[in-house]
Amino acid sequence: MFELQKTIELEPAKQKAISIRGAEAIVKALIEENVNTIFGYPGGAIMPFYDALYGYSDQLIHILARHEQGAIHAAQGYARASGEVGVCIATSGPGATNLVTGLADAMIDSTPLVCITGQVPSTLLGTDAFQETDVLGISMPVTKWNFQVTKAEEIPMAIAKAFYIAKNGRPGPVLIDITKDAQFALFDFVYKKCKTVRSYKPKPVVNTKKIVEAAELINAAKRPYILVGQGVLLANAQDELLHFMEKTGIPAASTLLGLSGVPADHPLYVGYLGMHGNYSTNVLTNECDVLIAVGMRFDDRVTGVLAKYAKQAKVIHIEIDDAEIDKNVKTTVAILADAKEALALLSIEAKPNKHEAWIQQFRDLDKEEYDEVISKHIAPTSEQLQMAEVVHMLSEKTKGSIITVTDVGQHQMVVSRYYRYQQPLSSITSGGLGTMGFALPAAMGAQLGCKSKQVVAIIGDGGYQMTIQELGTIMQFKIPVKIMILNNHFLGMVRQWQEMFFEGRYSFTEMHNPDFVKIAEAYNIPAAKVVKREELSAAMDKWLNTEGPAFLDVEVEKEQNVFPMVPSGAGVAEIRLK
Amino acid sequence: MQEDQEPRKYIAVIYTEDKVGLTNRISLILTRRKMNIESLQTSETEVPGIFRFTIQLTISPDQMEKVTKQFEKIVDVISAHYYLPKEVIIQEVALYKVPTKHLIGSDRIEKLIRKHFARILFVEPDFLIIEKTGAHTEINDLFKELEQYGLQEFVRSGTLAITKKNTDIHDQLEELARIQTS
Repeated sequence: MFELQKTIELEPAKQKAISIRGAEAIVKALIEENVNTIFGYPGGAIMPFYDALYGYSDQLIHILARHEQGAIHAAQGYARASGEVGVCIATSGPGATNLVTGLADAMIDSTPLVCITGQVPSTLLGTDAFQETDVLGISMPVTKWNFQVTKAEEIPMAIAKAFYIAKNGRPGPVLIDITKDAQFALFDFVYKKCKTVRSYKPKPVVNTKKIVEAAELINAAKRPYILVGQGVLLANAQDELLHFMEKTGIPAASTLLGLSGVPADHPLYVGYLGMHGNYSTNVLTNECDVLIAVGMRFDDRVTGVLAKYAKQAKVIHIEIDDAEIDKNVKTTVAILADAKEALALLSIEAKPNKHEAWIQQFRDLDKEEYDEVISKHIAPTSEQLQMAEVVHMLSEKTKGSIITVTDVGQHQMVVSRYYRYQQPLSSITSGGLGTMGFALPAAMGAQLGCKSKQVVAIIGDGGYQMTIQELGTIMQFKIPVKIMILNNHFLGMVRQWQEMFFEGRYSFTEMHNPDFVKIAEAYNIPAAKVVKREELSAAMDKWLNTEGPAFLDVEVEKEQNVFPMVPSGAGVAEIRLK
Repeated sequence: MQEDQEPRKYIAVIYTEDKVGLTNRISLILTRRKMNIESLQTSETEVPGIFRFTIQLTISPDQMEKVTKQFEKIVDVISAHYYLPKEVIIQEVALYKVPTKHLIGSDRIEKLIRKHFARILFVEPDFLIIEKTGAHTEINDLFKELEQYGLQEFVRSGTLAITKKNTDIHDQLEELARIQTS
């Protein structure tokens, strides 16, 4: 009690105190935080909460997943599509440990989550009681903050602090572990939102001197280049970014999580970065003179080997998390700030400019990539379907307007390369952690978090089977998500590496798959399978136009490789087209 | 980045909230990077509810800068700092339990105590307890001398360090402590 009360500042209460149980207080606290959809799975230690929830079904929608991992990935998808905090509920022990992958995923991809786990009664803590596990200890490296509540009186403050921490500053997952006795106990409930946490300064004050220094570099630059990360989307800074780009005429490329931050058709957008990114975006990283990184963290999949990364460039890094500055790439000017604020200030200082010759360099390399790779993949002569042509067709049919949710592997890279996003927050994928099994549950969460857009899950046949049980959730809650499997009967990305770097020894990457259509149909989800090119367009139309959920199994070429590729251990300029 | 990235001794000082599990969160940052804690001292500061960790590490300058930022990133950490040994006064406290049987009837122990600026805290007929505050090496020196009399038990604190320059950290902590819930 002491530790919470002393360390946070709360807003005034809106209502008078009422005497309720801790479990009901959790429900009311969530409603006070404007939560309307939660994902979870009941069990012994969280039963008082579920009992209290029974009376609030008109105010709080609960989606019963089929596995806690499904629940937390759904909460992640919800958070990323809506921009709100995702909420996930699980019981103690195995319920809580099943959240760990999702927590790690949300941690590395900066997704705001509040996870609430039940815990054995406080009198049994440390006794190896039934379904007791040290959730706080287990989740510590994969949460932004976590806390155990053992008294009902602590519930409102712990939840208020949890929401504040999850969404402020660089977002991340928070876990609150609540003992069963705290859920049962009666107390005087009053809810006050958290205003500040005294040890935590989420939004740095922008150092205007750094803005001036950065602007001087930008104004003098001949070949400036912007790298767009997820920080732009998290800060809702798309407009500020576009204004900055258009004023200065600087081309911009996107990281995996930054995708959809700049509309793909924008004349200054030059493409996707990283290991399977575009050719120009990687090659010219090593030719620019000023590199402006916005809300990105120079992940190794973006930089390739650091010793060969942008050594010629002066680096401006706009970043909200001080620990990211100078972590991988040394900056010339570091702007510790929220991207929205920093870009607005930078636009004022930066002079109008054009960089036509420099942009032409990108377009020249784009043509090489188009001739060598893209043209062959979107209009192939092969007998079997290529992943790229399927995604290209989806992009054309939907005009870049849907939300795509992908898993990890070849299909993920192909979607990132070929889907042309026109609206922000429309690419959801497991980036940093690379979690197979992410896409299906994340897609159902995303669909509930953004009902105005069509959500399409594009998944490989391997990852799909890791969380395939969530078809049950989609069926029960009639979530109108469209599911597409790019089925090559292989763990494709691992197979590609085996082919390229392990002399073609396909060690345990081939999969004998079940009849996915029958499985979907068993869940009452309309399903179809496409094998031939001439069937694809009609099948895709039918699938997209189905009311409610729909499933499409697309059989693609078995041994197809994703190119371009920066081989591991190589520099970005050593990207291979074949 | 400093050119010379040879590992060297650092003293990290971290001010934190009084929160269960924080030691774990701090040490996880080091464990994950396979860095060894040479000494860790933690206790409440002069301001109730605020704790201070003093950690001794031998790592490179670049690593030290990065882990300090990671410490700062912990929500319940108020601030994190690091120093080279020359920038701080470092002291340890040690307690020595020595049997009296070899010392009876001589002034050897008194001479030893005076020579080492130590003091006797507790006397029993068959043993006595000596306290010494000093640098790591000074504590080792007294240890070696007392060992010959058959040391029964020995304990030393972790590194205590205070900076040599003017600071207003006390005022900062007091200011922080004034924030209360409304």
